Amino acid sequence: MRLEPIAAPSHARTLVPPAIAIAATIAVAGLLAAMAGANPLHTFGLIVKGAFGSKFALLETLNRATPLIFTGLAVAVAFRARLWNIGAEAQLYAGALLTVLIGTQLGLPGPLAIPLMALGAVIAGALLLLGPVLLKTRLGVDEVVTTLLLNFVMALFISYLLEGPLKDPMGMGWPKSPSLPRDARLPRIVDGLRLHWGFALALICAAGVWVIQTRTTLGYEIRAVGANPQAARFAGIPVTATLVKTALLSGGLAALAGFSEVAGLKGNLTTDLSASFGYTGIVVAMLALLHPLGVVVSALFVAGIFVGADSMSRAAQVPTYIADLLLASALLFMVLAVLLTRFRVVRG
Amino acid sequence: MTDIVDILLSASFWAAILRIASPLIFATMGELICERAGVLNLGIEGIMVFGAFAGWMAVYAGLPLWGGVAVAMLAGMAFGALHGVLTIPFGLSQHVVGLGITMLATAAAYYAYRLALPEVTNPPRITPFQPLHIPVLSDLPWLGQALFSQTALTWAGFAATGATALVLFRTPLGLAVRAAGENPQAVEAQGLSVTAIRMGAVIVGSGLMAVGGAFLTMSAFSSFFFEMVNGRGWICIALVVFGAWKPGKALLGALLFAGFDALQIRLQQTGLGQVVPYQVFLMIPYLLSILALIVMSRRAETPAALMTPFNRGDR
Repeated sequence: MRLEPIAAPSHARTLVPPAIAIAATIAVAGLLAAMAGANPLHTFGLIVKGAFGSKFALLETLNRATPLIFTGLAVAVAFRARLWNIGAEAQLYAGALLTVLIGTQLGLPGPLAIPLMALGAVIAGALLLLGPVLLKTRLGVDEVVTTLLLNFVMALFISYLLEGPLKDPMGMGWPKSPSLPRDARLPRIVDGLRLHWGFALALICAAGVWVIQTRTTLGYEIRAVGANPQAARFAGIPVTATLVKTALLSGGLAALAGFSEVAGLKGNLTTDLSASFGYTGIVVAMLALLHPLGVVVSALFVAGIFVGADSMSRAAQVPTYIADLLLASALLFMVLAVLLTRFRVVRG
Repeated sequence: MTDIVDILLSASFWAAILRIASPLIFATMGELICERAGVLNLGIEGIMVFGAFAGWMAVYAGLPLWGGVAVAMLAGMAFGALHGVLTIPFGLSQHVVGLGITMLATAAAYYAYRLALPEVTNPPRITPFQPLHIPVLSDLPWLGQALFSQTALTWAGFAATGATALVLFRTPLGLAVRAAGENPQAVEAQGLSVTAIRMGAVIVGSGLMAVGGAFLTMSAFSSFFFEMVNGRGWICIALVVFGAWKPGKALLGALLFAGFDALQIRLQQTGLGQVVPYQVFLMIPYLLSILALIVMSRRAETPAALMTPFNRGDR
């Protein structure tokens, strides 16, 4: 078999494969639920109810979506330039670390501390990705492996800090950092509702990335480098500079996830601050087809699956890992479906 | 300093190197075969997790140990086939599919584990592979304990390395695999199918990765834990680069790497471990892998068509 590009795909061509991908994902999830001895429809019902069924559930989903919007944007920006940043997890922790350091060590008043915490986080995340990107552009070292390995290094570094110099003396021996003072925390958007301004910041970032990608020279250069670096270089686009700018943007966005989790939700830094938000950002970005506004929708969907599955597994005997399996299948089905909207399979 | 000398003179240190290297050797050979054929397999981490689970579970369910190894291998091959179909005939991004396979295989292992053992906090143990007694050699003083007290699975890892080197560089099949990774057009011109060769390489390679994972639960330890693979797959990808895509050099890299790992574990127990936090020791393997990539980058002999999908009829 081989693939033949379709010059002008019909409406059916663009809609049917993704629809089949969604159906196939649901079928897989149903099969998994049945394997666990549960009624698939009942399980789905519990997941949806657990994710969106009440005000509490909805707020929980929005809270869970917030870091995923940041990491999803970080991945989307980088993958668009074919910069394979798999290190959003480490960049998130770098951002969280700077947030805690600035918020607890400098003793600044809140209105001054919060913007500085965000700025420090962005710089830390950006610098953390800069290293692997310079290794890529200067020496040709594959950034996939370096960013992946840095995730482990960063996790150990954070663990060291939380058991050593940054350990909360009031923490009853638990490895956690001191808490941010009250006035250095992100306020809630509406009083009484457990949703903080980190969510709004995530939406603003999504809009900002969309503007950069569609309305600026940098956005054009990123797409050109991603589509074909040789051609981009030939057309006079500074490929290395574009990759560096992409890296700073991507690392900074991932770090904001850490800032938002610490300043908006948790108030301190622990080694389990991120529930693999960095890695899940890859799924979020791919399901959104790397579109920054799509990332918001996709993050809400992914967060809903996780929150819903948590709640469902308490009621039915289906392990929560069904959420991870469902999302991994969705990812693989979707990349295949998108390919089939543009290519037809022919024999020979 | 005397601490290091003591460590280097202890037989258990050398035995540990071989034990730590074994899963890396299997998985590195698996990745090397995939990459020689032109396919970067980032599914490695998840395939190792699934192999660790599947082999252990099969033995727990009553299969003999080698039956468990076979189950792990078959499971790895199944994930390899999925990776292959998506990246070879369909030519999808090897990065995205590989990471997707890692997520899928990892979640599948954890889901199946929870289905099989819903309530347990301590996973049950199996009787793992025991050290293989080799006549004469195993009875040598010091040397016997240092080098010849390994399980059969470790020796199988060395055999797999030899077989990989032999097939890749001494047989027409190996030539075809390497050509598929260097110049797929030339392979098609010879009337061979690039798709078939690459599919075969990815399936076999993924099977080896799964056996590497199974070593952890069936030889090094005797139970399955969450996150027990802990980035070993990613380290193997670095080892393939370090070994310049050559089985012998990659084996050497795995042993060297295991040597540093065994050393850092022992140094933690010495006076140095009182001063330096243990996290620094644990970072060493990952930092060494990054360092290896940087050092080798100038001399890298990357297969020319690595990560380039082949679509017949394209020019």
